[in-house]
Amino acid sequence: MIALLIRDLRLAMRAGGGFGLGLAFFLLVAVLVPLGVGPQSDTLAKIAPGILWVGALLACLLSLDRIFALDFEDGSLELLVTAPVPLEGVVAIKAMAHWLVTGLPLTLLAPVLGVLLNLAGPGYLWLVISLALGTPALSVIGAFGAALTVGLKRGGLLMSLLVLPLYVPTLIFGAEVVKRGAEGLALATPLALLAGITAGAAALLPFAAAFAIRINLR
Amino acid sequence: MDLRVANLAVARGGVTVLQGVNFTLPSGRALVLRGPNGIGKTTLLRVIAGLQPAIAGTVTGAGEGVAYAAHADGLKTTLTVAENLTFWAAIYGEQVGDTLARMNLAELCDRAAANLSAGQKRRLGLARLLVTGRKIWLLDEPTVSLDTTSVALFGDVLREHLATGGSALIATHIDLGLEAEVLDLSPFRAKLSVKNGAFDAAFGDGFA
Repeated sequence: MIALLIRDLRLAMRAGGGFGLGLAFFLLVAVLVPLGVGPQSDTLAKIAPGILWVGALLACLLSLDRIFALDFEDGSLELLVTAPVPLEGVVAIKAMAHWLVTGLPLTLLAPVLGVLLNLAGPGYLWLVISLALGTPALSVIGAFGAALTVGLKRGGLLMSLLVLPLYVPTLIFGAEVVKRGAEGLALATPLALLAGITAGAAALLPFAAAFAIRINLR
Repeated sequence: MDLRVANLAVARGGVTVLQGVNFTLPSGRALVLRGPNGIGKTTLLRVIAGLQPAIAGTVTGAGEGVAYAAHADGLKTTLTVAENLTFWAAIYGEQVGDTLARMNLAELCDRAAANLSAGQKRRLGLARLLVTGRKIWLLDEPTVSLDTTSVALFGDVLREHLATGGSALIATHIDLGLEAEVLDLSPFRAKLSVKNGAFDAAFGDGFA
């Protein structure tokens, strides 16, 4: 299992692994939005939590179809299914690897981009905390979507349509945490809900995804 | 452990291709599957490997004991030969040992799999079988893109596997130099009578 995690991380870091793709997209969003909206700092401060969360979410979405599609194409997914490792564990590990190469770097980069969007001072801490709590859910839900569409040619569009509605609660509560944090309001409720979504998704969706893969490989 | 297949029916794309397949594969023996293209050799192997369910019948003795080698080798092109093999060894909880040397890949161990020729990739794909530690090998056209030397090399590896109590079910048309029984799948081809029956019922005898 550890071997699978190491392999996936190594593949992501090697040429063509798509490691920087999400980060570059996130950077572009954060740079372009102020140019499009205009330089009024209070407007930017107001929309910053939402923009940062939407940017992180879309950046995450970009690399989702790689989770299983590449392994499907070269045959290693079939071989993993016949290997003596639980497929649920394989899904969980691959979702974790996806988070380590997208969600985690996005979380670490976000405060820097917050400056570009004039995010209010107390918001930075909560931006990092909310992304750290919420992006694992994005990876796990995304792995589920990727599992549902594995084997489909050009399944990326279908997967985005499947996954986006499932991302909505994470986006709402994540952005709400940052917004309230920036304004100094109480944020325990959205934070708890955000953590709850992540915990629930991580506990349940690997089983659903493994089931979907078994059906799709038939 | 013996692999027993009893009265097995398998389907590809929702159409039953083989039915009533019976055979027993004792340890130490190899069984070669023959039959024209499309008869269902790959489908049969996939069912035994547990990748898809059987329509009818039973497979016993497969369980956790089979290693499946498909058409695709499951190689990661950006990883080196050694990294690819080490990964599969770790998944199966085995050691790589002298596997690379046995498949004549030792000189290539630090090259990226992307730079291998088709035959070298195939050899690496087959080397994976050796690090599974599994007794029953399910081989789907294992000699595709191998030259005669490599076929002979793989034949030796197979013989050694059989001599140490392993067994192999092989879909191939190439002579691997094994003392293997041959099972022709043609007699098990599924009848399409159901479809014709439905046609006759709908349109009667007068419609011809």
